[in-house]
Amino acid sequence: MSFTTLARNTGHAFGENPLTLVAVVILALLLVCALFGGWIAPYDPLTTDATAKLAPPSLDHWFGTDALGRDILSRVIVATRLDLGMAFSAVALSFGVGLALGSAAGYLGGWTDRIIGRLMDTIMAFPLFVLAMGIVAALGNNVANIIIATMIINLPFYCRFARAEVNVRRDLGYAEAARMGGNRTLTVLVVHIIPNILPPMMVQASLNMGWAILNAAGLSFIGLGVRPPTPEWGIMVSEGASFIVSGEWWAFVFPGAALVLAVFSFNLLGDGLRDLLDPRKRV
Amino acid sequence: MHFIWKRLLATIPSLFGVVILTFLLSHALPGDPAAYFAGPAANADSIAEVRQKLGLDRPLIVQFLHYVGDLARGELGNSLTTGQPVLKDLVDRLPASLELSAFALLFAIGVAIPMGVLAAIRLNGPADHACRAIVTVCAAFPTFFIGLLLVYVFYFLLGMAPEPLGRLNEILYTAPPRVTGAFTVDALIAGDMEVFRASLAQLVLPAISLGLFALAPIARITRAAMLESLSSDFVRTARSSGLPTSKVLFTYAFRNSLLPISSVMGMVFSFLLGSNVLIEQVFGWQGVGAYAVSAVLASDYAAVQGFVLMMAILYILLNLVVDVLATLIDPRVRFEG
Repeated sequence: MSFTTLARNTGHAFGENPLTLVAVVILALLLVCALFGGWIAPYDPLTTDATAKLAPPSLDHWFGTDALGRDILSRVIVATRLDLGMAFSAVALSFGVGLALGSAAGYLGGWTDRIIGRLMDTIMAFPLFVLAMGIVAALGNNVANIIIATMIINLPFYCRFARAEVNVRRDLGYAEAARMGGNRTLTVLVVHIIPNILPPMMVQASLNMGWAILNAAGLSFIGLGVRPPTPEWGIMVSEGASFIVSGEWWAFVFPGAALVLAVFSFNLLGDGLRDLLDPRKRV
Repeated sequence: MHFIWKRLLATIPSLFGVVILTFLLSHALPGDPAAYFAGPAANADSIAEVRQKLGLDRPLIVQFLHYVGDLARGELGNSLTTGQPVLKDLVDRLPASLELSAFALLFAIGVAIPMGVLAAIRLNGPADHACRAIVTVCAAFPTFFIGLLLVYVFYFLLGMAPEPLGRLNEILYTAPPRVTGAFTVDALIAGDMEVFRASLAQLVLPAISLGLFALAPIARITRAAMLESLSSDFVRTARSSGLPTSKVLFTYAFRNSLLPISSVMGMVFSFLLGSNVLIEQVFGWQGVGAYAVSAVLASDYAAVQGFVLMMAILYILLNLVVDVLATLIDPRVRFEG
């Protein structure tokens, strides 16, 4: 796809579905928060203030303060890096590992395919969030293991996708030609086949980001991985939850809304990218 | 029948894989598993004793065979936090979780299928746009956040829902005698309508929060499947033969859409069983999920392992049931399988 067609298609996709544009704007905003959160945040996210415990939203504290008097807006902004970082690392890892395993299975077939396929079936035999909990419990309760757990439960989707895509391309003319030209298996796979399956895999990945964010935040909501006082959306929602029965809604609503916004825009972006690459798949 | 047997056999490798994976996970525990299982108050002697008792000094394969043997006898070890056998803990709490999931599933199916059908019939009409909006929004809301929002609105603001603290207000009501373990069902069996209403009231919000997340995939696939069958030749033929619209829609189009809908149920169950954990946490629901969360936080690994294993087996069985139902819905599956 040349750049002019890509530009035209992008314009078309935005025109057709203005929500994609909204998603891109929100994501840009989140990215800025993730990169420069520390500078943007009006207060220090960890500084407590005994005189302003659970203060409702005001001009001083736009999102109010939490039970320790910390500014919720600052905490929500600073948390962006950790939340997006966890989800992004997990998705990038499952993308890489899934692509490698899936391509090997699809290209080599035989026992490689059978073993890898069986492994993925086994992962899929668990309710995925439950497996993630089990993995974190076994490997240890920290952020790195949250990422590993999220990576493992996402792996089968990438692996199966890559396997199917490589499998149909393995015997196509250009792959055949590359083999006849004397290239090694790895070269045929990496130089000739994989570049062709990257665009649809990228769509998978962006559709998957929202889900990865939900998973990582869900794990920290139940108290795994991230430890207080680290600002993170899931844990902030869980801390704020105790004050719902007394009506202090801001402590859980704002971090929760940040989560929703992030997931929502990644889902929309994924849908937009899919329309861009393959207009027929629109449902 | 042949198909069902074949499908039953096909679950064996999955079960085997699940058992191997949970076994390996327990060996990935950081540090010395014997020290881990001996608990925090252990000394060198008691650790050595635990190591021998658990057979951790023997080769991995021997340990695995023992593990399988223990499983076959329903022996999942003892929980460090409750001091009870893990199996007993889980069996005590499972009905609460199943009750919650079942109501959530009923809610999700009850809303999503009519919504998907309506969206497909009135393609690009207001119902279709509404369906698309609801699906997009539901897919973006974390279950625990929906749960908390509903608590805020219906308990704090409107005062319509009971306090989100468990399955029954134990101060006002006594739990019905245990038959199935699900309070709503047991109350009905005992003929106690007051307790039934009270436990149902506790159940409504958690079930809806859990169901909303499962709603999105079901509505999406229903719409897509209905569109597909509505544009097929057999529906056109049925229409042109002058059959009444309701017959065309339900007997022809909808019945053929059931197969793709049943194929998405596996994913829905995975969602439900996983999100159950989060919702139980939000509503103080005393099910297996809440039990597992406190076990994870207390590093009570035997309990976590038992929970993961039980959920995986449950999930495999649910998928089995869906596949068998699919053959009843659509005979073609039997031949393809």
